[in-house]
Amino acid sequence: MTRLQLPAGAPGARILGFGSYRPRRRVTNHDLAQRMDTNDEWVQSRVGIAERRWAEPDETLVEMSVAAGGKALAASGLDAGDIDLVLLATTSPPKAIPGLAPRIAYQLGVPRPGAFDLNAGCAGWCYALSAAADAIRSGTARNALVIGGERLTDYTNLDDRATAVIFADGAGAAVVSASDEPAIGPAVWGSDGDLHEAIAIPPDETGMSMAGQAVYRWATTKLTDTLVEAMRRAGVGPDDIDVFAPHQANLRIIELMAKRLKLPERTVIARDIVRSGNTSSASVPLALSALQESGESKSGDVALLLGYGAGLTFAGQVVVLP
Amino acid sequence: MSSTQEIQSGLAEILEEVAGVSPADATPEKSFTEDLDVDSLSMVEIATAVEDKFGVAIPDDQLANIKTVGDAMSFIEKNQG
Repeated sequence: MTRLQLPAGAPGARILGFGSYRPRRRVTNHDLAQRMDTNDEWVQSRVGIAERRWAEPDETLVEMSVAAGGKALAASGLDAGDIDLVLLATTSPPKAIPGLAPRIAYQLGVPRPGAFDLNAGCAGWCYALSAAADAIRSGTARNALVIGGERLTDYTNLDDRATAVIFADGAGAAVVSASDEPAIGPAVWGSDGDLHEAIAIPPDETGMSMAGQAVYRWATTKLTDTLVEAMRRAGVGPDDIDVFAPHQANLRIIELMAKRLKLPERTVIARDIVRSGNTSSASVPLALSALQESGESKSGDVALLLGYGAGLTFAGQVVVLP
Repeated sequence: MSSTQEIQSGLAEILEEVAGVSPADATPEKSFTEDLDVDSLSMVEIATAVEDKFGVAIPDDQLANIKTVGDAMSFIEKNQG
């Protein structure tokens, strides 16, 4: 029998740099109160959002992803020519065909990389980060660009006060590369397909609907174990966590998770949702970029990440920040 | 099996913990949303805390029928076991 060769791969993978793109148009709760029956107090108390960004027509998923990806490349110190894998996590492409990762790579000047879109709901970027780290460890890729990009407003009824106050647009990205010391821990991922209708575009509708209570219950009861397991498998505990950056779905879920994990006082908790809304698979890299830009996180910090959303899907992992 | 009194005081503890409701206000005739300012997400937290404390299951569709503290007390009494 012929024995196939495998590449040597790398001992570990790490994030070299982040980049983000926030659409120009800021939409405050007061702006929304002009067009629907809602108010700032209601929105802030239910989901913790003060403002969000809505993309204009020229801020396409490709353009936002290219902008975020370009910044991540610049931050990484690598050239476009070094990248051989480009992943776009998204739930909101304009069309099912074609996937957008090849075009994003082309516009960034990345020469003929492996490129594909990945839809794992709001968990997409954490799934993609794991896929990239595994590709690098196994030797399939050397350097990857991992983007989370969304134009959720294309799939939101902007007059529906239950969802229009929550969903928003943007893109975040990271460059992932081989490293001798592992700096991306194993993903603890999974799915609960019995709840696939809880976040969905219903038949004959164009906008998303969400079973708020069901999703809230799921997120606050089922996912703590995922986070604990992600820490255990990376060999760290709550006291080691410098930064907690879960998907920015709802500020109350974020605070409850932090409380249940018994994270130390000093842990920086990502609350980017307050100014960015829920940007699905873009939310984790957007939040990490924001913490880095503000100086709240620093190089070498240990960060606990969690994505979760439509599917329902979830993925948690521990990373060391660049 | 918890007595009616134990259920009321246990529920009052949960309401205080989750929604900051004073135990003196947690009386059977009170509506969660109208009188105690408990929103739909806090109702979910109350439901999961009740499930843990009293060993009952409160699915979302049944949670929608629990409007008052008294409704919650009778649900627990009927379903605990």
